[in-house]
Amino acid sequence: MQARKKYVLLGLCTCCWLLLFYWGGLQERLLALLTRRRGEVVRPWPDWLDRALLPGYAENAELQNGGGPGESPRQRRQAWASIYKNSHCRMDTCFDFGRCRGRDGFRVYVYPPEKGDRVSESYRKILASVAESRYYTSDPREACLFVLGIDTLDRDQLSTQFVPNVDERIRGYPLWNDGRNHVIFNLYSGTWPNYTEDLGFNVGQAILAKASLNTEHFRPGFDVSIPLFSKDHPQKGGERGWLLRNTVPPRRKYLLMFKGKRYLTGIGSDTRNALHHIHNGKDIVSLTTCKHGKDWEKHKDARCDHDNQDLWELCRFCLQQSSDLHAADANNGVCLFPVSFWHVPQAACIPVLLSNGWELPFSDVIQWNQAVIEGDERLLLQVPSTVRAVGVDRVLALRQRTQMLWEAYFSSVDKIVLTTLEIIKDRVYAHISRNKFMWNALPGGLVVLPEYSTHLAHYPFYYLNLGISPGQEFTAVIHAVSPLVSQSQPIMKLLQVVSKSKYCSQIIILWNSEKPPPHRSKWPPMPVPLVVTDGRRKTSSRFLPHVTIETEAVLSLDEDTVLLTSEVNFAFHVWQSFPERIVGYPPRSHFWDPVKKIWGYTSKWTNEYSIVLTGAAFYHRYYHYLFSHYLPPSLRALVDRTSNCEDILMNFLVSSVTHLPPIKVAQRKQYKDMPGPQSTNMAPWATPEHFNQRQDCVNTFASWFGYMPLVHSQLRLDPVLFKDHVSVLRKKYKDLERA
Amino acid sequence: MCASVKYSSRGPALIPRMKTKHRIYYITLFSVVLLGLIATGMFQFWPHSIESSPEWTLDRRSVHDAPLVKLPVSSPIPERGDLSCRMHTCFDVYRCGYNPKNRIKVYIYPLQRFVDEVGVPISSTGLSREYNDLLSAISDSDFYTDDVTRACLFVPSIDVLNQNSLRIRETAQALAMLPRWDKGMNHLLFNMLPGGPPDYNTALDVPRDRALLAGGGFSTWTYRQGYDVSIPVYSPLSAEVDLPEKQPGPRRYFILSSQTAIHREYRTELERLKEENGEALLLLDKCSNLSQGMASARKRCYKGQVYDYPQILQESSFCVVLRGARLGQATLSDVLQAGCVPVIMADSYILPFSEVLDWKRASVVIPEEKLPEMYTILKSIPHRQVEEMQRQARWFWEAYFRSMKAIGLTTLQIINDRIYPYAARTYEEWNNPPVVKWSSVSNPLFLPLIPPRSPGFTAVVLTYDRVESLFRVITEISKVPSLAKLLVVWNNQNKSPPEESLWPKIAVPLRVVRTKENKLSNRFFPFDEIETEAVLAIDDDIIMLTSDELQFGYEVWREFPDRLVGYPGRLHLWDHEMGKWKYESEWTNEVSMVLTGAAFYHKYFNYLYTYKMPGDIKNWVDAHMNCEDIAMNFLVANITGKAPIKVCISYLLACINKFASVFGTMPLKVVEHRADPVLYKDDFPEKLKSFPNIGSL
Repeated sequence: MQARKKYVLLGLCTCCWLLLFYWGGLQERLLALLTRRRGEVVRPWPDWLDRALLPGYAENAELQNGGGPGESPRQRRQAWASIYKNSHCRMDTCFDFGRCRGRDGFRVYVYPPEKGDRVSESYRKILASVAESRYYTSDPREACLFVLGIDTLDRDQLSTQFVPNVDERIRGYPLWNDGRNHVIFNLYSGTWPNYTEDLGFNVGQAILAKASLNTEHFRPGFDVSIPLFSKDHPQKGGERGWLLRNTVPPRRKYLLMFKGKRYLTGIGSDTRNALHHIHNGKDIVSLTTCKHGKDWEKHKDARCDHDNQDLWELCRFCLQQSSDLHAADANNGVCLFPVSFWHVPQAACIPVLLSNGWELPFSDVIQWNQAVIEGDERLLLQVPSTVRAVGVDRVLALRQRTQMLWEAYFSSVDKIVLTTLEIIKDRVYAHISRNKFMWNALPGGLVVLPEYSTHLAHYPFYYLNLGISPGQEFTAVIHAVSPLVSQSQPIMKLLQVVSKSKYCSQIIILWNSEKPPPHRSKWPPMPVPLVVTDGRRKTSSRFLPHVTIETEAVLSLDEDTVLLTSEVNFAFHVWQSFPERIVGYPPRSHFWDPVKKIWGYTSKWTNEYSIVLTGAAFYHRYYHYLFSHYLPPSLRALVDRTSNCEDILMNFLVSSVTHLPPIKVAQRKQYKDMPGPQSTNMAPWATPEHFNQRQDCVNTFASWFGYMPLVHSQLRLDPVLFKDHVSVLRKKYKDLERA
Repeated sequence: MCASVKYSSRGPALIPRMKTKHRIYYITLFSVVLLGLIATGMFQFWPHSIESSPEWTLDRRSVHDAPLVKLPVSSPIPERGDLSCRMHTCFDVYRCGYNPKNRIKVYIYPLQRFVDEVGVPISSTGLSREYNDLLSAISDSDFYTDDVTRACLFVPSIDVLNQNSLRIRETAQALAMLPRWDKGMNHLLFNMLPGGPPDYNTALDVPRDRALLAGGGFSTWTYRQGYDVSIPVYSPLSAEVDLPEKQPGPRRYFILSSQTAIHREYRTELERLKEENGEALLLLDKCSNLSQGMASARKRCYKGQVYDYPQILQESSFCVVLRGARLGQATLSDVLQAGCVPVIMADSYILPFSEVLDWKRASVVIPEEKLPEMYTILKSIPHRQVEEMQRQARWFWEAYFRSMKAIGLTTLQIINDRIYPYAARTYEEWNNPPVVKWSSVSNPLFLPLIPPRSPGFTAVVLTYDRVESLFRVITEISKVPSLAKLLVVWNNQNKSPPEESLWPKIAVPLRVVRTKENKLSNRFFPFDEIETEAVLAIDDDIIMLTSDELQFGYEVWREFPDRLVGYPGRLHLWDHEMGKWKYESEWTNEVSMVLTGAAFYHKYFNYLYTYKMPGDIKNWVDAHMNCEDIAMNFLVANITGKAPIKVCISYLLACINKFASVFGTMPLKVVEHRADPVLYKDDFPEKLKSFPNIGSL
C-alpha cells in the first residue's frame, strides 16, 4: 500500500515536472515571439533617441571648400618630382609626358646592340617584337619610350646569361636620364633560394616590366607585371589553347592537381610540403620532384618521386603556388618539366592560385578573379572544399575565360610585349584608353584601338553585352577604277540597285581611276546622298576609315558587281545577326599543300570556304580602322604594289580577330566567277598571274600573323523559304531564285 | 537526477526489502525532487520577465548615456600604419573561416565616450550623424554579428570620419583600449576627411597599427593596394536636395566648374578657357554678397548672377572636379548625383571604390598639367559616349554614393570579395546599371570555338509506346556518320521497353533510360549517358530526315555551338488520326524558334533547362504536356541573346504568352535566314557535293 502511494507520488511528481517543462517551454516560445515582434526595436546598434540631434561629420561649407585651395599646384608638382623618386615612382613623377607629344605620339626606340654583347634568345625575341610593332622608331629624338639593348632578362648572378657592369654602361648612355621613360624587361632576379627582387643595378626611374613581381616592391600604376616565358615561347601567333570543347560536366580524371618542383629548402618549401597533405591519391594529386639546382640530393627525402607524364589536361583545376612563378632556372638546364603558370591556362585547366604577395601578370588591366580561383596560402587545406564547391556554370566560364586570356595576351612573345607597351600607352593617354571591359571581353584589348573610339557601342563585339543591336542603316562604298564613259556601265546599274535599298543611308564612290572623277551631274539622281572621294589609286584605300562613313555597317562593292536590291537587303539582315563577321557573296577557300609545304588558295567551287570576297560584302566599319592602323605598313604596301589581295588581307584580319569564318549568303548568279566564253579580253583578275599572286599573298599574310587565322565554313545562309516548294508569293526574297 | 528517479521507479522487486529503514531516505529524496521542481519552475517563469523588461526600455536611449571611459595619459599608443601591409601579412584570415554563404561577419563595438584624464572628450563632435547611420546600416545588414568571437572584422564605434574634430593622440589611445584591438588586426576604420592644415596628409594621421582604412582621398603613395579601401567623401547635400534623374543628352552648358575654393592658378586657366570658348563654359564661384550660413552653401554666382547649387549641375554635360588641399572632394558626389560627367583633375588620387568600379566609363580623368587642353579633350568624346557616361555617373551615385549605408556596405562587400575571391561579384555586377543588366546577355558559351567533328553527337529519342516508328527512327539515325551514341528515353511507366533482341542492330551504343514519371521535361534531362557536347533531340516519329540532312545539321551546330540548330518547315509529321503524312501548313519568311522535335544543341542547355529554368515553366510544361520546345527556345535565346538557326512555325500562342511573362521580356530574336550547304541547289554536279541528299525528299 505504501509502495503504491510512493508510486503515485512519484508519478505525480513526474507529471508535474513534465508539465512545468511544457509550460516553461511554451512560455519560452511565447517570450521569443514577443521579443521578435519587438525585435525591430531591439537592435544591435541602438536607435538613439537623439539621433536627429547628432551633429554632421563636417560643416557643409567645409565640405564644399574641399580643404581650401591648398598650395600652388606648380610648386607641388615640382616638389613631388624631387620626393617621389626611385621606389616611390609613379607616372606623374617619374615619366616625362612631354616626350610623347610628338607627331605620332607613342614611339618606342630600341638601343642598338653593342659589339660583343650576347643577347639571349628570349630577349632577342622581345627586341624583335618591339622593332616589328607599329610603335617602333629608329630615331631616339621622337621616341616616347626607350628599350635597352642590354639583355636584362636574367639577373641571376649564377646564370651564364648574366651581364655584368650594367650599372656603368647605362650611366654612360646620353639618353638614360636616370631611367626616365625607359622600360626594363626582366624575368629572373636574385637567385635560389631567396629570389630577391634585386636586379644588380640601379633601375632609377625606369619602368620595370618584370615577371613575378612582389607586391611589396611593385610600384602601382608604374611597373608592369609580365608573365614568365621560356626561350621556346613562340615569337608570333602561338598555339591556341587546348580547350576544344565545352563538355559538361567537365570530364577530367582529376579534380585538383599540383605538379612541379618541391623546393626542399628556401622560399616556398613550407607550402609545398603542406601540399602533400591535401593529396588523396584519387581526385586530388600532387606530383612533385625535388630535382632542383645542384645539391638537391643532400636534402632528399622519401617523397621525392617524379613523373614525366603531361597530366595537365587530365585535371579540372591546377594548383599553382606563387614561387612556381619563378619556375626554375630554365637557363641552367635543370628545368625538367615545362612547368610554368602559363601552361596552365593553355591546358584549359583552371588555375587555383596561391599567390600571397605576388602581382599577377598584367594585373593592371586583367580581372583575374574572373579567370582563376584565388586562394590563400595560409588556408591551403581549405582549397579542396573550395574547389569542390565550384558549380558547373562557373567551371565552364572560368575555363573559357582562361583560354580567352591565354589567346589574347600570353600565347606569343609578340603579344606579351605588345600588351606591355599598350598598358604603358594607356597610362600616357589616359583619356583615350581602353576601359577594363575592353581588356577583359573578347576579342581582347590588343585589337581594340582606343584611338578609333572609347565608346563600347562603336565596336562590333559588344552589342550583346550592352544589350543593344547594330544600326539599321549601311553605307555603300563602291570602288571605281574605270572612267565613266556611258550611262549603261555596270556601276550605274549598281548605284540604282543599292540606293533602292531602304537600309542604305549613303553611297561613297571611291574614285581610283586614272581619269579625274566626272562632274556631279553625270551621276544619276538618287534618293540617298552620294559622295565621291579620291582613292589616290591605291588598292588599300578602299579600306581607309573614311570620316564620311557614319553607319556601323559598310557594304563594300566593286564597280562591276551585279546585285539585286533584295539580295542586298537579305545580306544586311544576316549581317545584323553577325555584326563582327564579314557577310558576303562569292566564296573562296584556302588549303594546306602538304607537298609544297605552303598554303594554297583556290577559287574552285568547293563544299567549304574560308574567304568571302570584299567585292560585295557587309562588315563593320571598325575593320576599316583596324586595316589601316593595326596591320603593318608592309602588308598594305604589298596590296598597293600588286593591286591585289586586299580582300584576302581583310579576311585574314577579321578571322584573326573573331577566330570565326566569314559568312556566305545566298546569291542569285555566280557573280563574275565564270567569265563567259564571249569575253575575249580577260579581266585582270582572271589571269593566272593574278592567281599566283594571291597564293603568294596568302603565305605572306600567314607568316606575318604567325599562324593561319582563316577558318573554314561549310554552310551558306539562305532566306528561310529559299528554293522551297511553296508559292513564290509567300516568299520575301523571291528575286533571289530567278536564274 | 532523472536517471535515478527512473531507476527507483523501475524496481518493484527492490521496494519490499527496503521497508521503514529507507522511508526517511525516500522522503528526503522526494522533497529534494520537489524542491528541485519548484526551483526549475521559478527559474523558468521568473528571470525572463526581470531581464527583458529593462532591455526594452533601455533601447531608446541617448548617445549621452553611453558609458564614459577615462584614458590614462600613459595608456599605449598604436604604431603608425604600416605601408607594406597587405591582406596576407596584416590580416588574420583564420578569423573569417570557411563558410557556405561566403560572407564575412562584422562586429561593432558598443558605444563608449572616451575622455582624457581631465575629462575632455577625444573628439569635439563625438558620434556624428553620418557615422551613426553607417553603423546602423551595418548592424541591419547580413554582415553583422553580435558574437565577438565569431567576428572576422571589427568596426570601432569611435567616429574618425573627420580628422579635424579629433585629438590625434587620444583617439589613438582609445583605439588601443578596445578589447579586441590586438595590433589593429582585422579592424576597419572609416575616414572621409583625412589630414589637417597646413600640409593635409592623404591618409588619416591617427596611429592605427595594422587596421584597415576606408579612406576618402587616398593618394597613390598612401593607399595600400588590395588592403585599404578608397571611399567617397559623403555629401550630406544629397540627403537634403532631391535631384530627379535627368535623361542623358546634350545640356545647356558643356563644362561647368562649381567649386568654390579653386587655386588661383587653376582659376586663371579656367578663365582663359572660358574666354576662348565662351558660353559653353560656366565658371561659378561663391556668392560674395549673400549672407553666410546654410543658404550660401546652396548658391553659386557668376558675375552677380545667382544659381541654385546642386540643381545647376544638371544643366551641364561635364563638371570639373579639381583637387583642393584635399584630394577627395564632396563635389564629386554632387556631380554624380546630377548625372553630370565628372572631369577629375587630381593627380595621384585614388578614385572611390576604384578596386571594383571602372571609372573610365563614368568619368574623364585628366592630368592637372593638361587643364589647358581640357576643352579639346572633352570635345573629342563622341556624343553617344557622353550620354552613356551621364547614365553611368548617375548609376554610380545611386548604387555606391547615395547614402552612408551605400558607402558602408560597398566597403564591406569589397573586403568580402577579397576574402572569398571565388565568390566575388563580377565586373558586370559592379558596373552595369540595371538597364544594361536587364537587356544584356552573358552567353555561357562565349568563347568562339568550332568543336572538332569527333566524338560526334548523342541522339536522344523520347518515346512513349510507338515502338514501330521508334525503330524506324533509330535505323535512320544510325546511318549518320557522326552519331556517337543513341539514347532512348522510355517515358512509359506502364509498359517495359521491348526485349534487347528486338531492337535494331546498329553500329553505335544504344542505351535505354526508363523514367520514373511521364514528363516531357525528361527529354531535356542532362543524363550522364550523354558524353558528347552535342545533343540531337528527336521525336520518335521524325523519320523523314535523311542522314545527310542530319549530318549537315551537326556540321552547322559545330559552327554555332551556342545555338539551337533545328529543321525547317519542310519537316514531315505523321498524323495519327488521319493516318497519313501531314505538311506544316504555315510558311513564313522569319525564324525565331526551331522545334525540338529534331534539333541539335549543346548539352549545357540541358543543365539549364533542368536546374536553372526560371519560374514555374518546367512544371507548367509537365502539367500541360506541351510546349517544351518553346520553353527551350526561350531559355536559349534568353541566355545567349542569339536566334536559332532554322525554323518551324507551328507554335501555340498560349505558351508564348505564358513564357514571355515569366522571362519578363520577349527574348526571342527574329532572323530571316537559314543555313544551307555551300552548294545547296546550285547548278553543280551532285556527286561533288558534300551533302547531296538534302531536300531530295
